[in-house]
This record gives sequence, structure tokens and C-alpha cells, in this order.
Amino acid sequence: MCLGVPGKVIEIYGESDGVRMGKVDFDGIRKDVCLAYLPDLAVGDYTIVHVGFAITKLDEASALESLRMFRELGLLDEELGQVDPAEQSPPACPIPGWQAPPSTA
Amino acid sequence: MKYLTEFRDGPAARSLAADIRRSVTRPWVLMEVCGGQTHSIIRNGIDQLLPPELELVHGPGCPVCVTPLELIDKALAIAARPGVIFCSFGDMVRVPGSEKDLFRVKSEGGDVRIVYSPLDALRLARQFPDREVVFFGIGFETTAPANAMALHLARREGLRNFSMLVSHVLVPPALEAILSSPTRRVQGFLAAGHVCSVMGYWQYPPIARQWSVPIVVTGFEPLDLLEGIRRAVRQLEAGRAEVENAYPRAVTEEGNRPAQALLAEVFEATDRAWRGIGVIPKSGWRLTEAYRPFDAEARFDVGAIRTVEPARCRAGEVLQGTLKPHQCEAFGKECTPRTPLGATMVSSEGACAAYYHYRPLPGAAGGGTDG
Ligand code: SF4
Repeated sequence: MCLGVPGKVIEIYGESDGVRMGKVDFDGIRKDVCLAYLPDLAVGDYTIVHVGFAITKLDEASALESLRMFRELGLLDEELGQVDPAEQSPPACPIPGWQAPPSTA
Repeated sequence: MKYLTEFRDGPAARSLAADIRRSVTRPWVLMEVCGGQTHSIIRNGIDQLLPPELELVHGPGCPVCVTPLELIDKALAIAARPGVIFCSFGDMVRVPGSEKDLFRVKSEGGDVRIVYSPLDALRLARQFPDREVVFFGIGFETTAPANAMALHLARREGLRNFSMLVSHVLVPPALEAILSSPTRRVQGFLAAGHVCSVMGYWQYPPIARQWSVPIVVTGFEPLDLLEGIRRAVRQLEAGRAEVENAYPRAVTEEGNRPAQALLAEVFEATDRAWRGIGVIPKSGWRLTEAYRPFDAEARFDVGAIRTVEPARCRAGEVLQGTLKPHQCEAFGKECTPRTPLGATMVSSEGACAAYYHYRPLPGAAGGGTDG
């Protein structure tokens, strides 16, 4: 929940309530993100997003490297809220694809 | 895991680890504050790359884990009410309260929804004007700007059916609490990178000076962590206690000013109880006067709450860095991510969960340098 995922701003728009919003692409997953805290952020920039909010700018090379890590560890869906824990059964494991180790008892 | 091997065999990791080994002449204890860093360290075996003199202890930086039991019980009571839509981050739904968790409330008919952002909860409030939408607003300084914006918009729109159960916690007071503990072992900190993205690191020099501890702002990727450790060790060996930024690509000294401005409008400092640790003065945020109408605790009277912590759970010691998760009797036996006794076994940032996932067989081969 509070790792923060880097993504690329692909569109900026103002919502009806006047808050600066944008579409951010995270390695193919696109999300609406609030850009109000980074007034200088432009289309094409990379940013770190926490729970739907862009909090800091990031250069492209660092962003791509971080994204690669998220992808390879399978953490992207989880951090972006794509996996609904209430839909999983049993839902406790926070790491998608993880298998329980054999019991030692 | 491909990345892991690549990382561990990579020239950058090897040279950083070698540099750390060369610098260390005596035992040192460092604490990484952020739960995301804890997971990265355990998952990538970073502690196993370090010389035996160097011990990493895991800090209380898992917001889900330190949310007080009383507040979780309140959340469960509010979520069970008819007419309420209770929204929470996914990490929170399996955190055990005194009797059940949010997932159980949902299966018993409560309208509990997992949202990605507090703005999703706001949207629900607009969509269902005749329902009460409550958001469980937890987290450190990283999630606070999101929650502040949701409240700001709700107030501006005059949304009367939206409220927040607020339990925000702050990093700097927690560092001071750890440093002033009589059982203190920590000699240096890796400060949480993304907390500093929001807040900057101008608050840390007085702490570093007063307690003579190096504080190194550190990211959570493997190489970032090694670099943060390397810098902290260099300071310790040289007898320095300064604030350094080892994560400049995402952190500036002043932090995110627009976010800090809204935070100051919506929240004010308050004493806050940390689960398993106790009350830390001025270590949390509550709503300011202007935002108090959105306080879910005031809006819903849930009566007296009697909390019951499972006696066997030692999460408090784990959170303070005095016990490693696999030293807990219940670890991996009664307590697993499917049957958690404590929040540290559930959260994706909890230390017990990290050890369970990546160090499943403690005591057997490969237990690492930290046992
Ligand atoms: S292993 Fe389980 S019971 Fe033991 S401290 Fe961790 S959460 Fe609590």
C-alpha cells in the first residue's frame, strides 16, 4: 500500500471539481491519478504514485528500472490495487503467486 | 527468482557489499524504518550480504501494523452498521481485531469495499448520497496527502455522507521514541525514502545531533538499500552523526510543498497510540477544527470497546526491533498469513509476513546472519 509505483504521465486533464488529474501508465496498466501536488508535472514525465496521488517526479531511467523490479517480483497488480483481496479465497497472502511453504509441524 | 540472482550477482551489488565489508571494524546496529524496506531486505537477502558485525533491525514502519486495536474494533463496529459503506485499503481487511476482521464483517453482510485510493471512496459517496461512506484513513506521511485531498474535496463539495476514521502516524516522533527507550540498541537509521519525498528531511538534523545517530534517507530497491547502509556505516565508523540523502532521485530536502500545505490545513499533531508500542507524544495527526465534521469517530457512536490482544502475539517487540519474527513461539505454527494472530503477519509491509514468505524455515540451512 505505501511502496509507491513509478509511472509515466500520458494525459493531463482537470476534473469537474477543479483538481488536476491525469492518466498514468504503469507498465501497461493505466490509472487515473491526482496530479494536484505536482503542478509542474507534464505529459511524458515520470512520477512516483502513492494510493492514486503523484508525490514526486522521477527521471526516466530510474523509473524504468523500478518498474522492472515491480514487474519481476509480481508486485505491480497488488500495489495498483488490481487484486481485490476480498475476491480471493483465502485472501490473506499479500504476494500474488506465492505458495505456502511445506509445513514443518 | 530471476531478479534476485541478477541483483545479487550484479557488479554494483557486489562492489557495494564489498565496500561495506571493508569499512566495518566493529559491531553496529542499524534500523530500517519503513516496512517496504524490511520486505525488500528480507526478500532480496540483503542482510545475508552484510558482514556479521552489522545487524539490521526492523522498525515500526508498517502503518497497518501500528494501527491501534481499539481503532480496528471501532472500524469493525462501524462497518457492520446498516447503511454504511466502509472503504479500506486492501492491507487492512485481514488485520485481526479483538474478535474478527473486516473480511469477516463483509462475509456477515457488512458493505466493506477495498479501494485503491481515498478518491475512490469519495466517488462512492457522490454516487450513493443516501448511504454513509466511511474511509479508514491510516498510514504514514506517504498516504496522508491522499487522505487530506479527499477531505479537502469533501468539504468543498459539502459532501455530508463522507467521513474518515483517521489514524495517521508520523516517522520523526517514532525515531525519537526508539532512541529514548532504555532498551535502545539502534545506532543509526535508514529513513524511509517516500516519507521524505513528501516531507523532505529538514526535520532530521536536530534528531541526528541530539542523539548522535546518522540518519540516511534511503530508497527501497536493493541497490538503494545497500547504498544507504554503506553510507550509514561510513558515518558510524568515522564517528559522524549526520543526515545524508542516499535517494536524491526521489527526495529533496524541502519535500513536496503543495502537499505539506494541504496537510497543515487538514491535520494537526496529536498524541497517538501505536499498537504493540504504546502512546508516543505528538506522533500522529488528527483532523483540524475545520475538518472535524468529517471525523467518523465522532459521527458514529459505537459505545464502549473492550479490546483483547492475543496473549501469544509478540508483535510489539517485533515492531520495536527487540525480537526477530521467527523468534516468536507462534511464528509459522498458530500464526501464519492465513491464520494471523497479529497485524505484522498480515500486512504486505509487516515484518512477520516478510519472514514467513522469504525465510520459511528458520533454524534450517540459510537462516542468515540475523538469527
Ligand atoms: S509471528 Fe504472529 S504471533 Fe508472533 S509476533 Fe508475529 S504476528 Fe504476532
